[in-house]
Amino acid sequence: MSQFSFLAKTAYRDSRRNRGKLAMFMSSIILGIAALVAINSFNYNLVEDVDEQALSILGADYVVSGNNLPNDEVKSMLDSLPGDTAKLIELFSMSFMPKEEQTQFVRIKAVKGAYPFYGKMVTEPTNAAQSFKGGNQALVDEGMMINYNLQVGDSIRLGSKSFLIKGKLISAVGSTGAAAAFAPSVFIDYDDLEATKLVQPGSLLDYNFYWKLPKDFEIDQWDEARKTSFRNSSLRSTTLAEQKRELSEAFSNLNYFLNLVALVSLLLGCIGVASSVFIYVKTKINSIAIFRCLGMKGNQAFTIYFLQIFVLGAIGVLVGAFLGSAIQLLIPVVLSDLLPFEVTTDISWRAIGEGVSIGLIITTLFALLPLVSVRKISPLRTLRTNYEGDTQDRDPLTWIINIAIVLFVFLFLWRLTSEVMTAAGFTAGLIAAFLLLWAVSKLIIWAVKKFFPRHWSFVLRQGLSNLFRPNNQTQTLLVSIGLGTSILTTLFIIQGLLLNNVAQMDVGKQPNVILYGIEKSQSQGVEELTDKYDLPVIQNVPIVTMKVEAWKGKSKLEWLQDTTTKTRFWAANREARVTYRDTLDESEKLVKGSMPKHVNPGDSVFISVDEGWAEGLNLDIGDEVVFNVQGTRIKTYIGAFRDIEFRSMATRFFVVFPTGVLEKAPQFMVVVTKSPDNTTTAQYRREVVKNFPNVSVVDLGSILAAVGEILKKVSYIIQFMAAFSILTGLIVLLSSLLLSKYQRIKESVLLRTLGASRRQILRINATEYALLGALSAATGIFISIAGSYLLATFQLEMDYNINWLPILAIFFIVTGLTVLIGLFNSKEVVSKSPLEVLRNEVG
Amino acid sequence: MQEVLSVENLTKTYKSGSKELTVLNDINFSIAQGESLAIVGSSGSGKTTLLGLCAGLDTPSLGSVSLYGKKLGSLSEDERAALRNEYVGFIFQNFQLVPTLTALENVMIPLELNGKPHPAKTAKELLARVGLGDRYDHYPSQLSGGEQQRVSLARAFSNAPKLLFADEPTGNLDDDTSGSIEDLLFELNRENGTTLIIVTHDNELAAKTNRIIRLKGGHSISDTQNVKTAQ
Repeated sequence: MSQFSFLAKTAYRDSRRNRGKLAMFMSSIILGIAALVAINSFNYNLVEDVDEQALSILGADYVVSGNNLPNDEVKSMLDSLPGDTAKLIELFSMSFMPKEEQTQFVRIKAVKGAYPFYGKMVTEPTNAAQSFKGGNQALVDEGMMINYNLQVGDSIRLGSKSFLIKGKLISAVGSTGAAAAFAPSVFIDYDDLEATKLVQPGSLLDYNFYWKLPKDFEIDQWDEARKTSFRNSSLRSTTLAEQKRELSEAFSNLNYFLNLVALVSLLLGCIGVASSVFIYVKTKINSIAIFRCLGMKGNQAFTIYFLQIFVLGAIGVLVGAFLGSAIQLLIPVVLSDLLPFEVTTDISWRAIGEGVSIGLIITTLFALLPLVSVRKISPLRTLRTNYEGDTQDRDPLTWIINIAIVLFVFLFLWRLTSEVMTAAGFTAGLIAAFLLLWAVSKLIIWAVKKFFPRHWSFVLRQGLSNLFRPNNQTQTLLVSIGLGTSILTTLFIIQGLLLNNVAQMDVGKQPNVILYGIEKSQSQGVEELTDKYDLPVIQNVPIVTMKVEAWKGKSKLEWLQDTTTKTRFWAANREARVTYRDTLDESEKLVKGSMPKHVNPGDSVFISVDEGWAEGLNLDIGDEVVFNVQGTRIKTYIGAFRDIEFRSMATRFFVVFPTGVLEKAPQFMVVVTKSPDNTTTAQYRREVVKNFPNVSVVDLGSILAAVGEILKKVSYIIQFMAAFSILTGLIVLLSSLLLSKYQRIKESVLLRTLGASRRQILRINATEYALLGALSAATGIFISIAGSYLLATFQLEMDYNINWLPILAIFFIVTGLTVLIGLFNSKEVVSKSPLEVLRNEVG
Repeated sequence: MQEVLSVENLTKTYKSGSKELTVLNDINFSIAQGESLAIVGSSGSGKTTLLGLCAGLDTPSLGSVSLYGKKLGSLSEDERAALRNEYVGFIFQNFQLVPTLTALENVMIPLELNGKPHPAKTAKELLARVGLGDRYDHYPSQLSGGEQQRVSLARAFSNAPKLLFADEPTGNLDDDTSGSIEDLLFELNRENGTTLIIVTHDNELAAKTNRIIRLKGGHSISDTQNVKTAQ
């Protein structure tokens, strides 16, 4: 015990004059842990809130919804449920505001009954949430009312019917700010919906049925027994328990991303820890040799420095946990528009506890890497300062620590993702990046030595040879700066890909206005109106809605009962929106068979279908498919497979009939056009809605703008979180470069003593740092390109392309910062007398 | 008299690339309690290597070193450290004080390592004895070379060593300071009855010891008793 107290005392005494040197060490831990605690606190609060708020998001104990009404069998099942019921029909349509002569694409919600049973609609005036029902009145989204300068008492036209605005809708059950940006909600009474004439064959409606059940009713059990029946009639049911699960799953993606950011910050922090402890140990070698010479055992010397690092690390971890708890207050503010409810910002002791334990373990592991060498430092160094025989051999303990680190990272990731393979993949990726950087550094050292340009100037040769001289920092800096750069660049590339993907939808000759719900008789009028505005009619196609009834000789029901098939029923369950034509359009390619031509009465009907759709039903060329076209059965055969380009904005069809079959079936038309600017779109839209109230005009431009707005927010969050990583990365850079300060200071002083000018010293250092910075950044960027390519291709399934500008910027920023910080380190050498510098460094 | 240190057939070779370099070749000597010995030779003669081997800071390639009857070759690094702490004191040419500890704390290290009672009191007495009674709380960088070597002397004698190794103790000091440090070294040596082994190329300093071993190219070329001091 007295030994320990002596070691503890010595640890304290020895640290007094070194605490500044350990500031870097502390700051990298602080930031890493702050990110982890902030993100975990937010997540835990979110999970608690999800539990509490699932009820008010769902608005009921049980919900059944779908694009069609339940059939008789399902209806009788649902009718047997006890408790109160409510109904809500949702559809998208144009609205027209006569006051400002403006139109807006809205989400109409027609409500019947006491919806919502839980949670509440917040309106202004408050009683409007109840009083809007009946008598052609509506509640309109607050944002939309502000945008169009609408007041309570103004009117809004939906389809063929005008409604009086009874109140301003401030928040509705289960909706998010982001959804409102896409299409603001307008609530009306269910009984007023018919008068709008928006509900027609082929209209896309979403039916929702709500129940408030008696407390003792076992809905999960009841639902489980009937789920298949619901699914078979294209309805989905949600119980409260499922809603909670779904919400948690939905947020687990956000959680996953945020945790990855935390992990990145933590790992960067760890690199900072390892490199700053490495610097520290280097400066302590002589003291350790003296201790050893005076009779101190290896483990005792190790204990002294371990205690110092552990105590400072623990302080750093605690400060980080405190800072993280403070930062978590900001996250909900940043994310508020994307969350359907307000997240509480309580202090999460669980997150703090976890952050502190993870921080202590990981800090200790990474600090141990350079610290274990303390045990081996030979007392012989007191007699021979250049002696290095003690550090030549590989310490087996280093391998054990390395394995422990890999294991810890893997376990941490496993806990994070709950998937062994993902965790293993990510861990392997990190190891690969590390090994690649290490190999590159070895290669550079070898290449510079081998092809050393002997005819270069003194300054350049000095700078270059610093890369391979004894005590060179090539490996340490390349690995730490390179790893940091690669992690940050990957974040930027992925963010760029996401944004680019959306931007692509709105470029060039892509159509940007779609009119649907046009009756056949209105088709000519709509085309004329489009001509009047000098807009091209890119598509004017008929649409017939139908359902798949049977295929390959078996009815849908028989297929459903056959548990051995691998059929994916989305293809059969969805209401098929079918067009008829004899040619391919621009966005599709023929992959198999030939495009079916005009059918004369009595001929077999061959159709062309999307390859993926056919795969869903396990269909091949020549297979029989029977469709139910609003009561009439049509037998068809697969004639061709098409491959559809889904990113195109024009309408696309899974199933295309040839001409000569559907011409007389109930149908509506869709017109696709391209407007040159927003003003034309607004005027055109207004006139269409005025003349053809049942026609909906979808302005893709404004939808894309809204989606862009959402993505901007998402990218803002990514950047906000990435700021943690950037800051930690910068600290790693600083601490890595501080390492070089202690490495290079004696050489620089010697050169100064021998008469090197201030300019020469700076240029020698600048050459070395520029090379190191550029090589680290380039290798890091290469790794991130490879990593993000794999991520984009296999995980996100996006086309890969890179915006080189920000990457070039990262390259120059990292290189520039490396040179700048490196030169800042040499400032002391060049501005003070050599003796003064040496005396300070010794002290 | 009890034999303190015994060196038998001591050889040290280093590998330099593919070649083997012999820096010490078949050295034999022993030293009794209270004796003082100077190992003299020019640069590269192997004297510092010999000191390192005698003090157990390094391991021989051939031969053995016994300290108080214990063969150093059979001990681990930590066991040799414990032995040093118990029996050995050091003085170095470049003082080798821990830069982050004060003068007092530097002197206290061997005492505290040994678990001796009242380390601060003993260390203060020793510092006063070497004339630094008013510099306890100064860091090495705040002391002159001579003062640092005095601290080093105080530290070397703090655990009352039976054997003191001095590696060019005045090599980094001017003549005046050297003289006072040498005097202090021999005074303390006499007062404590310590066995002293000095490595030096300074013949004047060597002449103050009982016995001189001369090294050249790793070989011992003479081992003579110093008649003047022996008397």
